[in-house]
Amino acid sequence: MIRSDAPVLLEVRDLRASVDDQPILHGVNLTIRAGEIHAVMGRNGSGKSTLSKVLAGHPAYTVTGGSVTYRGQDLLELEPEQRARIGLFLGFQYPVEIPGVSNLEFLRVATNARRQERGETELDTFAFEDLVNTRLAVVQMDPAFLERSVNEGFSGGEKKRNEILQMALLEPVVAILDETDSGLDIDALRIVAGGVNQLASPDNATLLITHYQRLLDLITPDHVHVMAAGRILRSGGPELAHELERIGYDWVDQELALTEVG
Amino acid sequence: MVATTRAHTWQDLAGAALPTRRSEDWRFTDLAALAAIEPRPWSGSDPLGSLQLPAGVTRLPEAELDAVAGQSLARTGCSEHWPVRLNVGARPVRLGLRVAAGAEPLRLELDAGSAGELLALHLVLLLEPGASLALSQRLSASGAAVCSLVCEAQLAAAARLHWGLVAQGHSSAALLGHLAVTQEPGSSLDLVTVSSGWGLSRLEPRVQQSQGAARTRLRGLQWVDDNQLADTHSLVRFDGPDGQLDQLHKTVAAGAGRSVFNGAVQVPRAAQRTDAAQLSRSLLLSDRARVDTKPELEIVADDVKCAHGATLSRLQQDELFYLQSRGIAADQASRLLLAGYCQDVLRELPDAAAPWPPTAAPFREP
Ligand SMILES: Nc1ncnc2c1ncn2[C@@H]1O[C@H](COP(=O)(O)OP(=O)(O)OP(=O)(O)O)[C@@H](O)[C@H]1O
Ligand SMILES: [Mg+2]
Repeated sequence: MIRSDAPVLLEVRDLRASVDDQPILHGVNLTIRAGEIHAVMGRNGSGKSTLSKVLAGHPAYTVTGGSVTYRGQDLLELEPEQRARIGLFLGFQYPVEIPGVSNLEFLRVATNARRQERGETELDTFAFEDLVNTRLAVVQMDPAFLERSVNEGFSGGEKKRNEILQMALLEPVVAILDETDSGLDIDALRIVAGGVNQLASPDNATLLITHYQRLLDLITPDHVHVMAAGRILRSGGPELAHELERIGYDWVDQELALTEVG
Repeated sequence: MVATTRAHTWQDLAGAALPTRRSEDWRFTDLAALAAIEPRPWSGSDPLGSLQLPAGVTRLPEAELDAVAGQSLARTGCSEHWPVRLNVGARPVRLGLRVAAGAEPLRLELDAGSAGELLALHLVLLLEPGASLALSQRLSASGAAVCSLVCEAQLAAAARLHWGLVAQGHSSAALLGHLAVTQEPGSSLDLVTVSSGWGLSRLEPRVQQSQGAARTRLRGLQWVDDNQLADTHSLVRFDGPDGQLDQLHKTVAAGAGRSVFNGAVQVPRAAQRTDAAQLSRSLLLSDRARVDTKPELEIVADDVKCAHGATLSRLQQDELFYLQSRGIAADQASRLLLAGYCQDVLRELPDAAAPWPPTAAPFREP
C-alpha cells in the first residue's frame, strides 16, 4: 500500500560497504515508508545479502560511505542488538545453528529484549509459553521445535519457518527477509507468505529479498528493485518482477556497461 | 625428641620429591605453586560428618576396606603417582562403600574451605554384580586450600556406575584427584568430571576394562580463567576384547588460564574389536590463554576402531551476530554460547537438573 505521505521508516543514501577491504556495495539508495512492501531481486552475488547484513550491523562489513536513517535516527552508529530492539529484523538467508542453546530460551530472551525497549514488562517462562503458542500458529510450526537447540539439525525449510516465528514474536517495524522463500515446499511457502501478510500493517514495512515471482504472487510488493554490482540499478512496481521473469538479467550487463562509461 | 605428626614439606608427606616439569607426565603442569604453601593437616570437622547413606549402599567393614583399598589404583597403574602417594601420606578420611542392585542415588559433598589446610579423602566403591549407582560428588574450596582426592571403584559384571564429579574451586586452592575404575565385562561406566575455578587442578580418571567387553563413557569439562591451570590426564586400558570407549573432553580457556588434556588409550593385542572414540574440544576466549591437548593412543591389536580428534575454536562471530540481531546484548550472547558449549557435558551429570555452580565466572550476571 503506497501512501506518499506515510512516514519514512528507512532511508538508505549512497551506502557503500566493503568486506576485507573489498568493496561490495557501491552506493545503494532506498526509501521505505510505513505500510510498504519492497522486493529486492538480482543475480547471485549482486550484493543483496550484503545490504541486509550491513543494515543489521554485521561486524564483518565496514561501511565506507553513505548513511542509513531509521525513523529519523542514525542506524549505523547502533550496535546490532540495539537495532533489533528498536524494531529492525533480519530474516537470515542462512539461519545459524547454535548447539546447546535451547530455542525456547533463545526466543524468550530475544522477545524480552524487544519488550523491554518498548516499555513492556518482561515475560516469565509461563507467560512466554502462552505467547509463543499463539505465534507458532502463525507459521503452523510444531512446538517440538522449541525444545531443540536453536536451528540445530533443522531442515532448510524448518529454519526458515523458525525465522518467521522470531519475526512474529519480535513484531518488527522494518523486516528484511533474505530469501526466506528458498528451500520452502509449496505448502510451507503459502504458510510463510500468509504469516508475512498477517504481520504486515500500515505501521510497518517489509523488504523481501527473493529470486522468485512465486513469492511475489503471494505477497504483492509495492516496489520492486533490481540490484546489480552493489547498487540498485532499476526500480519499478510489481510489473518489473514479471518482466524479469520473462527477460532475465541479460540487460543488466548492458546497463552496467553504460553506467561505467557514463 | 618430640614426635611430630606434622610433616614440614610436601616431599615429607608424599615420601617423594614433587614431580617437576622435566617428567613427561608433568610437562605442562608446574606443582611449584604447591611448594609455596606449607602443608597443614585438616583441623576442621569430619568432612563426611553429615553423610547419609541411601538404601542399597552400606559401609565396608574396616578389614574389608583394608583388603580392597589400592586394588584399582594398582590395576590402573597409578599407585606410585605422586598425588596418590600424597593422599596416602596425608592419612586421608577413608570411606568404603558396597553398592547393591537397586541402590538409591548417593550424594557426596566435600568443602575444603579456605583455611589453607589439606583435605584428603580416599573413597572406595564396590559395585556388586548387576548393581547400579548414580553418584553425585561435589567438591569446593572458597579460599586457600589443598584437596587431595583418591577414588576407586570396582564394577563387577553388569554393574552400572553413573558418576558425576563437580569441582568448583578457588584461585588459591589446588585439587589433585585420581579416579581409578576397574570394570568387569558387561559393566558400564559414565564418568562426568567438571572442574572450574581452581588455581591448580589435576584430575586423572583412569579406567581398566579388566577383560574388555565393558562400556566406558567419559565426559570432561574444565574451565580456566585468570592464572588458573587445569590439567586432565585420562587413561583407558582394555585388557580384553570387545570393549567400548566414548570420550569427550571440553575446555574453556579464558584470561591467562592454561588447560592441559592428555588422553591415553591403551589397546594391547588381547583387545581385539575394541571400539574407542576420543574427542577433545577447546574454546579459547583470550589470546593470553593457552591450551595443550594430546591424544596418546597405544594400539597393538589390529582389528580395532580407534577414532580421535581435537578441535580448537573461538566464539563464532556468526553465532554471536545471530543472537545480537535478535536484540541480545553481546555479553549475554557470549554467555549463552558458552553455556551452550558446556551443555553437552553438563547435561550428562547424574543430577543434571541442578544448575551449574552459580559462582562460575561466565555465568555471573553483570
Ligand atoms: N564475508 C565475505 N567475504 C568475502 N566475500 C564476501 C563476503 N560477503 C559477501 N561477499 C561477496 O560479496 C558479493 C555479494 O554477496 P552477497 O551475499 O551479498 O550476494 P547476494 O546478492 O545475496 O547473492 P545470492 O543471490 O547468491 O544470495 C559476492 O561476490 C560475495 O562473494
Ligand atoms: Mg544472498
